[in-house]
Amino acid sequence: MLRKLRILLQVVTITLVTLLLLGIGFQVHLWAGWVAKIQFFPAILALSFGVLALLIAATLIFGRLYCSVVCPLGIMQDIFSWIGGKIKKNRFYYAKEKLWLRMVCLVVFIIAMIIGFAPVTTLIEPYSAYSRIVNSLFKPLYDMLNNWLASIDAANDRYNFTEVQIWMRSVTTFVVAIATLVILGALAMWKGRLYCNTVCPVGTLLSLCSRYPLLRVRFDKDKCKNCGMCEKNCKAQAIDFKEGKVDYARCVVCGDCLAKCKFDALHYTAKKPTSQPKPVDTERRAFLVGAAVAGTTAALAQTQMKVDGGLAVIEDKTAPKRKTPITPPGSVSARNMQKHCTACQLCVSSCPNNVLRPSTDMMHFMQPTMSFERGYCRPECTRCSEVCPTGAIKLITREEKTMQHIGHAVWIKDNCVVLTDGVSCGNCERHCPTGAITMVDYEGPNGTVQVPAVDENKCIGCGACENLCPARPFSAIYVEGNVSHHIG
Amino acid sequence: MDRREFIKHIGGAAVATSVVLSACKDNNSETPIVKDIIDGQGEMTYRTNPNTGDKVSILGYGMMRLPVEGGGSGRDNPDSEIDQEMVNEEVDYALEHGVNYFDTSPAYCKGKSEHATGIALARHPRDSYYIATKMSNFSPSTWSREASINMFENSLKELQTDHIDYLLLHSIGGSTKELDSHELFNARFIDNGILDWLVEQKNAGRIRNLGFSYHGDVAIYDMLLQWHDEGKYHWDFAQIELNYLDWNYADELNARNTDARYLYDELNRRGIPSVIMEPLLGGRLASLPDHIVKRMQEREPETPVARWAFRFAGTPEGILTVLSGMTYMEHLKQNVETYSPLRPISEEEDAFLMKIAEEIVELPLVPCTACNYCMPCPYGLNIPAIFAFYNKSITEDKMPAGNREAREYHEARKRFLIGLDRNVPGMRQANHCIGCNQCAPHCPQNIEIPKQLQRIDDYVEQLKLQG
Repeated sequence: MLRKLRILLQVVTITLVTLLLLGIGFQVHLWAGWVAKIQFFPAILALSFGVLALLIAATLIFGRLYCSVVCPLGIMQDIFSWIGGKIKKNRFYYAKEKLWLRMVCLVVFIIAMIIGFAPVTTLIEPYSAYSRIVNSLFKPLYDMLNNWLASIDAANDRYNFTEVQIWMRSVTTFVVAIATLVILGALAMWKGRLYCNTVCPVGTLLSLCSRYPLLRVRFDKDKCKNCGMCEKNCKAQAIDFKEGKVDYARCVVCGDCLAKCKFDALHYTAKKPTSQPKPVDTERRAFLVGAAVAGTTAALAQTQMKVDGGLAVIEDKTAPKRKTPITPPGSVSARNMQKHCTACQLCVSSCPNNVLRPSTDMMHFMQPTMSFERGYCRPECTRCSEVCPTGAIKLITREEKTMQHIGHAVWIKDNCVVLTDGVSCGNCERHCPTGAITMVDYEGPNGTVQVPAVDENKCIGCGACENLCPARPFSAIYVEGNVSHHIG
Repeated sequence: MDRREFIKHIGGAAVATSVVLSACKDNNSETPIVKDIIDGQGEMTYRTNPNTGDKVSILGYGMMRLPVEGGGSGRDNPDSEIDQEMVNEEVDYALEHGVNYFDTSPAYCKGKSEHATGIALARHPRDSYYIATKMSNFSPSTWSREASINMFENSLKELQTDHIDYLLLHSIGGSTKELDSHELFNARFIDNGILDWLVEQKNAGRIRNLGFSYHGDVAIYDMLLQWHDEGKYHWDFAQIELNYLDWNYADELNARNTDARYLYDELNRRGIPSVIMEPLLGGRLASLPDHIVKRMQEREPETPVARWAFRFAGTPEGILTVLSGMTYMEHLKQNVETYSPLRPISEEEDAFLMKIAEEIVELPLVPCTACNYCMPCPYGLNIPAIFAFYNKSITEDKMPAGNREAREYHEARKRFLIGLDRNVPGMRQANHCIGCNQCAPHCPQNIEIPKQLQRIDDYVEQLKLQG
């Protein structure tokens, strides 16, 4: 019963989180956004005390049920663990809690969080780890499916699917995602919830509250025949059947032991449990790693094929080296982002204009940063601020967005086509949504020409000028981030 | 002469073949439904050239869109070989059905048109058809006296003949970035003495009629006609763009163009016969907005939309022949039907077409014929694809319109934006036009391309902002 219920909730959670991260379903963040907002660590970053209180209360009552049914990384590990169980049955055994290791991991995590050292926090934080896997590995597959549907749509003159660009936003993040999947997958197949019970800071924090929960798995010594099936099937390695003890600091209330016990000797509550469970078929998705890699390369080749002979070849834009990274409107500053962002990539996968991508910079590791080679931050869009579960990007309206000066445009004379190609231009001026650019007379080597001049007070750093600048690969006008956004 | 007035003059002659005239007196009424109009039940209509007495079929065969191997025309697939067998078949059909004017040029189909035309025509007696070809001006390397004479001699060779019936100075009135229209005209035809040389050839009988084709700056057109008045040069004919849209609205469509009404009247009052090109305005008058098609079909359900345009172009008596670049046999058959005999446009029908022209002009269409001369754009834009998508959205009534809150508007907006991305990749769309204007001088329709692209960009931007 407990196991069945747990699996049902797991299926619901992982489905919702995955749909949310892939962006499937009309405005999915509007109806499924809550599932990201009840994640423990994002709730801490968002300072959602209500959510935190609820999660702690639930843990005091039910034990670490959170780790089973809310945490997507936990659910993912259960899938691998289940596969491991198919290969080798009854493979677990009791091990003592390594409390010192848990505490060291937790302390390191907290210190990294306080000093804002993103590589540590974002790497081991569970929600972020899972969302990165979905975003880097499954999203390209979904996008390919989407583009295939879009091509069918186009052939039938229908307009349900829009073709999207599939591109590698960050190699580092991609590699990290693969490594996370492989390491955690292997670990889960071998030792179940080892990660959750040693490294995971959320698991450790919750274990502080789950040592004496109201409802817990209890032994009925009279009925127990000492068969050991409960211990051999405890993926948390938390049951010592000889002693008739369960370590509640590590038990994630999965219910497997109850299901395995043929003698009804284990009960979840104080008294009287009944159980007659059957194994339930969940999902399989282990094959996806290889497929994702192959898929991405195929997608790259596809975009190249579209350039045909009658048209001028368009050289790809190269991102300029920005002294200050640009963070999305609503994030206040890169420093604020660093404090509140868990690098879950939800904003990155939601960005319809291909602007956001994970940072490779150490202090902002995998947190979102902006660049304008493929598009620019369009005035009608506030998608990232709507989806962010941690409040790192605060919810803003379209009007508020026009007052968030996230950066300022800088003109690079040597790249400007007016001077290099000897043509008249002004595309930056034409497309500046705030009228911050004016074409002014300039004494060039071949007479007077018109070049852009930027009014930094009006510039909001949206990148329209940089994106639409004809100079390639480096734009002749680019956005330099503001250390903290100027508001007003 | 005013067009209305002119139609009154010929009205009598038209009655015999027109069922429509009797049906209606009221110029404002638009829907006198007339059924059972059957065209193509008689003989081809002919016009007489006052200079030579040639009886020229009102349908002229334009040899610029010849069929090619693998399908399509030589304009769309310039690298494909011309399907000579098909050309022969079509020329045979044309001659058999009374078409006797064939218009080619050393430039058409990447230079292969004259050769193919020569092969097809040489299989018939030389006195059963008239050949028109041109002193073309596509590249400055052909502007020298020697190269020009070679061009003419080569035309004779390719066309397997010893004389050209109608020779044209190709496309006077153009200009380039370096040369204005006068400079270009002088450089091409005067400074090298080639015009005088052509007159000599005419006197020697190797050219029977000497004329010109005109696009662009009307000052050149006026100058040539003034020479005619002064007796400096005699023009036996001239080729102009004429259709029911250009008749009154050429300059509304494009400030640099001139109304066909003016061009025709100038020729007609001098007794110079007109040869008509672009009777369909690059095919635009064959694919009209749905609601306009419907009005035409309500009048004549069985008449193809394009036929209205061909009838219009052939109606004025001063017109010698109407050129149609026919790729497919079906086009040829339909056009032969239209002109066998010509059912002239009545005064009432003329008013109807003028009203339709007025409506088309009000549509913000771009008069692009997708000739691709502007391409490739150095900044990567796909200019013809942008115009084609925009025009198509308008003519198919797919532009978002009406109440912006309504679901229909939202749907249409989505269709437009998604459709645009499907038809033109983002990096090749109008927002990348920097206005360098390198494209515009190449446009035979004189479209102010950057201006039009920016207009479309503004429209798209405004739609996006509603998202």
